[in-house]
Amino acid sequence: MNTPAKPIDPQQSGQPFTGADAVVAGLKHQGVEMIFGMIGGQIMPVYDALFKDGGIKHIIVGHEQGAAHMAEGYARATGKVGVVLTTSGPGATNLVTGLADAFMDSTPLVAITGQVSSGLLGNDAFQEADMRGITMPITKHNYQINSVEELPEVLAEALFVALSGRPGPVLIDLPRDVAVAPCSRVLAAPSAPTGYKPPYRGHPLQIGRALKVLRTARRPVILAGGGVVSAGAHEELTALAETAGIPVTTSLMGLGALPADHALFLGMPGMHGTGYANLALHQADVILCVGTRLDDRITGKLEAFAPRAALIHVDVDASEIGKNLPCAVPIVGDAKPVLKALAQGAAGWEAKPDYGPWRRQIAGWKRRYPMTYAERPGVLAPQRVVETLGALLPPEAVIVTGVGQHQMYTAQFYPFRRPRTLITSGGLGTMGFGLPAAIGAKLGRPEREVFLIDGDGSFLMTIQELATAVRYRVPVVALILNNSFLGMVRQWQEMFYDQRQAETDLQPPPYAEVARAFGGLGRRVTAQEDLEPALAWARRQAAERRLPVVLDVAVQRDALVLPMVPPGGANAEFIPCPGQKKED
Amino acid sequence: MDRMSPISVLVRNETGVLSRVSGLFARRGFNIHSLAVGETDDPNVSRISVVVAGEPPVIEQVVKQLRRLVSVIKVSDLTDKPRVERGLALIKVKAEPARRGELLQLAAVFRARVDHVDNDCLILEVTGNREKVEAFIDIMRPHGILEMARTGQIAMARGRGPMADYWAGGGPDQPEEEATYNLARTSDPNWDGEQTNAFPEREEK
Ligand SMILES: Cc1ncc(C[n+]2csc(CCOP(=O)(O)OP(=O)(O)O)c2C)c(N)n1
Ligand SMILES: [Mg+2]
Repeated sequence: MNTPAKPIDPQQSGQPFTGADAVVAGLKHQGVEMIFGMIGGQIMPVYDALFKDGGIKHIIVGHEQGAAHMAEGYARATGKVGVVLTTSGPGATNLVTGLADAFMDSTPLVAITGQVSSGLLGNDAFQEADMRGITMPITKHNYQINSVEELPEVLAEALFVALSGRPGPVLIDLPRDVAVAPCSRVLAAPSAPTGYKPPYRGHPLQIGRALKVLRTARRPVILAGGGVVSAGAHEELTALAETAGIPVTTSLMGLGALPADHALFLGMPGMHGTGYANLALHQADVILCVGTRLDDRITGKLEAFAPRAALIHVDVDASEIGKNLPCAVPIVGDAKPVLKALAQGAAGWEAKPDYGPWRRQIAGWKRRYPMTYAERPGVLAPQRVVETLGALLPPEAVIVTGVGQHQMYTAQFYPFRRPRTLITSGGLGTMGFGLPAAIGAKLGRPEREVFLIDGDGSFLMTIQELATAVRYRVPVVALILNNSFLGMVRQWQEMFYDQRQAETDLQPPPYAEVARAFGGLGRRVTAQEDLEPALAWARRQAAERRLPVVLDVAVQRDALVLPMVPPGGANAEFIPCPGQKKED
Repeated sequence: MDRMSPISVLVRNETGVLSRVSGLFARRGFNIHSLAVGETDDPNVSRISVVVAGEPPVIEQVVKQLRRLVSVIKVSDLTDKPRVERGLALIKVKAEPARRGELLQLAAVFRARVDHVDNDCLILEVTGNREKVEAFIDIMRPHGILEMARTGQIAMARGRGPMADYWAGGGPDQPEEEATYNLARTSDPNWDGEQTNAFPEREEK
């Protein structure tokens, strides 16, 4: 990170260096290899600079929302910052959903938006939109650059802020006059703004207290969230869980932090969590929460969540601690050093606590409430499709989802075994996230297989990015669990709206044909026995022809995501999987 | 009853910083009682003084959410600190010549200044902490307030205090500074009920 700033000789190119050149040089200097974006009037100088430079790969998208999600997929798959470039006005406002999504899921992005010239600002000039104002609540920070002199620092600072501490999206609004102004200083070393000092190591005294609480616990559970994945703390998590023998549940964002087939793994808790994870949290006496926001989809009714447990809460963002639930031992710090210290501490315990009875109790719940689903002859169960895929793909394969039932089936039935193998819109729940995020993930990790598990509703929302995947030959496989419904909403209508199916019945277009029309490949799958051959075909075609492949799989229309905690309900009162009876 | 908590915020002096801070309050549903912004002796730094109504866990969130803002350099909750607190009100009150004497007497009790006199009204200027300013307004009300303007309350800890560190070269917030936390909740027999703070060393200082 700390390579000294090296000024570029403006004379070399014969033309004076401008703000736009400084943007390109600065991004390159900080290791940015790829940008997702869409050109337009006010950002043309930067595109011109990109063109002249030629050193950064640029992906033209179908819609700027797609650019933001691609950058998110890229960032989530690689751990690097995702960079987005758009013009002013509509190009910039089209980013709003993606920025909000990245903010909720703490995904590091830098979005550079063109802006009308400084002299026109505030005059409602053509394609002027107040991006600083609009994105203030949905970015970690944003900037509007006032003069070309401050540009190198702002750029360096923006990348630093996006990636450090709790990652998040940062927006730079770049007025056109700044982009075309001559710029003498081109580069700045990455630096932190005054007053910005993200914590890293947790306080040793607090870590000591946490260990003491864990050692005296009888029924401890670790609840790991997306913070463990983004901190790269999966090994430390596994070490702590194994050393101390503590069962682990992970939020949607934390899936993959502990291998799904690990004996200590309880699956996901919360609204569509496993019965045994919810019961374990309910009965726990100590919960070690790491890198999780404890949001309402995890806790259910707050007052009824883990009523017997003292919480130890580790987060790099102090504001998450105590936000939703009172905390007994707060530890402000990055998940990696803190988990490492906790694992080391637990390894040094003289008298090891015996959590054996507790694990046996949980094993009983596992036997009583296993993850099952209803199957019918003649039509595929969506869960079966996910399980089949899970059995085929290698552990490194990256799975991206849309939002809805298919997303929950994926979380429940796909065996995530590595961190960063699930890329999904957790906090904002953005339908349409899937296809562009999958493209971004594949561009970031070309050596990995990338599968999109999408819904027929979600897929339509950003379907134009098929053109992007074809143009750049990005071989993602999109598996659409097609129930011809906005299924998740239909599920709520069935369960809570007395079956009134207001506007949830879909008539999706023939997606396989659509894919072919875009220049990709596509197949419709209806019969159970066709599924595996179709998956094999899709993987082969993607690898050989370097094209996106769409598998439009007809699944049960009326399947339900179970278990389910009714909204506002207590987690322990979940509705179990089909055929299971809840014991009181 | 919600307490009034004066919170001082040092921010980078840049355009839009006030809307970052006020937007945060609106968005998170924090209840601002008053707000004042001004420069400091460092031209790069402004000080926002905000009085927030809320229970301690809410104030804790206010402080932490403010610290999350990249433009914020330092936050100090002065609720439980010995402090000087001042606000100012200009009150235009009806005052026919016959009533003037009584009003001027009351003003003298509150050490309010008389900024304007004519045959119809007075403008009185009162300075002080919130209670004093509000007491004076209450006293004036029955006499017929024609117009009123108030500033937000500004506050400063007595003694050196945490903000003084900034100018003394202590620099911006250490993240550990003044981290206070929501109380533990447990009925567990194993739990010794000890309350802890994320950064005990600072706390013990
Ligand atoms: C952009 C957006 N609009 C609306 C919603 C509300 N919503 C949540 S799930 C869902 C249905 C999703 O349908 P589909 O993609 O077909 O997935 P399924 O539930 O059928 O698997 C809707 C409309 C949303 N999450 N995002
Ligand atoms: Mg559907």
